[in-house]
Amino acid sequence: MIPEIGLAALWLAAALALLQLFAGLVGSRTETAEIAALARPAAALQAFLCTVAFGALLYAFAVTDLSVKLVATNSHSMKPMIFKLSGAWGNHEGSMLLWITVMALAGGAIALIERRLPEKTMMATLAAQAFVGLGFYAFLLLSSNPFERLVEIPPEGNGLNPLLQDVGLAFHPPTLYIGYVGLSIAFSFALAALLTRNVTPDFARVMRPWVLAAWIFLTVGITAGSYWAYYELGWGGWWFWDPVENASLMPWLAATALLHSASVLAARDALRTWTIMLGVIAFSMSMVGTFLVRSGILTSVHAFAVDPQRGSFILALLVLYIGGALVLFALRANTIAEGERFSALSREGALVVNNIGLTAILGVVLIGTLYPLFTEAFDVRVSVGPPYFNPVSAIFFLPMMLVLMVGPLLRWRNDRAGRLTKPLAIVGVVMVAVLACSLFFDNIGLLPFLGLVLAAGLAVASFAPLFGRALGRTPLTIWGMCIAHFGIAVAIFGMSADTAFQEERLVAANIGDVIEVGPWTGQLQTVNAVAGPNWTAMQANLLMSYEGGAAQEARPQSRNFWTPTMQTSEVALLTRWNGQLYVAVGNQGDDGRWQLRLWWKPFVTFIWYGGLLIALGGTLSLVGRVVGDVRRRRQQASGEKVDEELPEGALA
Amino acid sequence: MKQLRITLWIIVAIAGSLFALFAYQLSQPKDEFVRSAMVGEQIPEFDLEPAFADRPGLSSADFANGEPALLNLFGSWCIPCRVEAPQLEALERQGATIHAIALRDREEDVARFLSAYGNPFTRIGRDDISEIQFALGASGVPETFVVDGSGRITYQHIGIVAEGDIPVLMEELRKAGSGS
Repeated sequence: MIPEIGLAALWLAAALALLQLFAGLVGSRTETAEIAALARPAAALQAFLCTVAFGALLYAFAVTDLSVKLVATNSHSMKPMIFKLSGAWGNHEGSMLLWITVMALAGGAIALIERRLPEKTMMATLAAQAFVGLGFYAFLLLSSNPFERLVEIPPEGNGLNPLLQDVGLAFHPPTLYIGYVGLSIAFSFALAALLTRNVTPDFARVMRPWVLAAWIFLTVGITAGSYWAYYELGWGGWWFWDPVENASLMPWLAATALLHSASVLAARDALRTWTIMLGVIAFSMSMVGTFLVRSGILTSVHAFAVDPQRGSFILALLVLYIGGALVLFALRANTIAEGERFSALSREGALVVNNIGLTAILGVVLIGTLYPLFTEAFDVRVSVGPPYFNPVSAIFFLPMMLVLMVGPLLRWRNDRAGRLTKPLAIVGVVMVAVLACSLFFDNIGLLPFLGLVLAAGLAVASFAPLFGRALGRTPLTIWGMCIAHFGIAVAIFGMSADTAFQEERLVAANIGDVIEVGPWTGQLQTVNAVAGPNWTAMQANLLMSYEGGAAQEARPQSRNFWTPTMQTSEVALLTRWNGQLYVAVGNQGDDGRWQLRLWWKPFVTFIWYGGLLIALGGTLSLVGRVVGDVRRRRQQASGEKVDEELPEGALA
Repeated sequence: MKQLRITLWIIVAIAGSLFALFAYQLSQPKDEFVRSAMVGEQIPEFDLEPAFADRPGLSSADFANGEPALLNLFGSWCIPCRVEAPQLEALERQGATIHAIALRDREEDVARFLSAYGNPFTRIGRDDISEIQFALGASGVPETFVVDGSGRITYQHIGIVAEGDIPVLMEELRKAGSGS
């Protein structure tokens, strides 16, 4: 019964989306139309119904209702509860339901909260949101029904891919999806601004917090995904330029560019066309990424179910939405009045460089991801990997880092270079100092070397905007910007340090053998069998000590799952403030020795600390903006004197 | 403004051609198999012990006797190999010589497998560490190679030999026989 309620809720939600589209379209033309009053309630009710549908699916997974096909093929009664629940979105149908639910929630939220824009533009936004939603409802209901029943109920389910049975990963897809789908709001705002010819600083101010919220989730999602790949795949790498990783990176790059260009539009009424373009591109990249991942046309380490028919459906949606939006844009572009002009040496100028850089990297990643697809059409098989992505994206990224040091210090419209001599001199001294230190190490590659130097400079420069300010009265948005930029420096430092200084040992060890890697020494104590709820494992027990200090236990496992059958490597991580010891155990050789793989990875954790700092910076900015907005609204309501809009120094 | 519009239409055109590429690739059958680079090459040198008391072992010299033959890679532990066993027997009845390599197997298991699913093989070598499997460029089990009378690999069949593959393999054997 519960699954049927979910399905019914989904159909009703789709019907409401149709109503919302119609009401919104009418409302965007004539403000007085009565039917327009239905658009906002329709969006809110849709959010509720989708939540009900998603709740029904969660329930079916929680009680392992094997009469539901999706549960039977993806779950198992012996799985721990958390993985039963995460199984609900660890498959195609469930993840598309999650997608539509997030989309409906975001649409409901703007319908209920957002009242700053002219009503016509708001109605057009809701219509656009409903229009995009309808395509995904059709996809879900017509080709990927998550509530399909089985006629014959199997005695037991198939289980979930063991690689996905991980607490961190349980929350990874929802986080990424909130980010991907949250960008649909920017897409809808951009379409609405085009439809109603209303591209104003107000439009940018309204769109920004929504983009920022989605961007925070994307940042956290990518950071978490990278850490998951790092410890779960057992290869010791943290970024593989895999199509699925790129699929999450591309919307992030576009959203980052959008945040910065929206900032220019809000503060200075410049970059109008460009901001709209990025609004369209950001969500388009989410959809392209989903298509690449779900259609299986690219070979990836992430083995999702491959189904060409579903691929065709998503492709049709891509053509309709991305193609449609671009055509509308091309037709309407001449109606967007040109914005304000500015000189090259100004805050706007620096942000334009940032935008060009981010867009160029986006292009680099897109081309690298799609290139194999292109050559395959001519029967040439290639795989594009780090040798392309690393240097080519660095060409754009490293100059951006330099601009990032200067940009936040510049004034809007026009500035004098002379004003910045002092802070830049300090940054320069720091970079020269690090450069000198790095020369003492041999064999540092060019990229990690440049990364170390620039990270040090940026770490100092990112706080330069705080110099001379009363820290207690500095708006949260400025703090947010400084912390996010500092996070970039921290992440770059982690990547460069790990690449430059990591040490790797591959050993075949007998019990009692002494093992050394970098500053660590230790001993393989025992190897024993251990069992979990749905796996058995061989566990190696090592005692490792850092530079002769107290011994710490490391217990890597080689796990065998039986539902479904699969072997995975559970690495052991010993974390210090200055890095991680990474230990993986393989199989036993014919001579009875155990294969052990150890890495000493200096400062590798800084990569993810950096990612979290970036997200924290975004969160501070968002809180600062929202609190400011609420205060202004309250003052308006009570007739008090309204505070000035926060200075447009930072994002969000 | 005019420049901007032209740029935008170019972007539309690029997006359009990308969608066309996606559509084309979606319509292509996806080949999940990795073809061996050894097809067209001389079979690698090997000399394997018998995997089973009733049949002699297998060496690369056995493929250089002027007669084309099939080389089947199997394992008693391999479920799909049981499925293809009747088709291998059919090939043998049609006159094909079939040699086999048992991968990572035990003698008693091989004996049990052959008595249960039939033994169409002339010679069976044992490859306990998958050494020859890798040398042949095989990616899995079962796989079947066509080797001409001079020891050159002319064809690779990946996966189960199904009913419809029998005429294909017989034709490949005939071509290998007439070519050398």
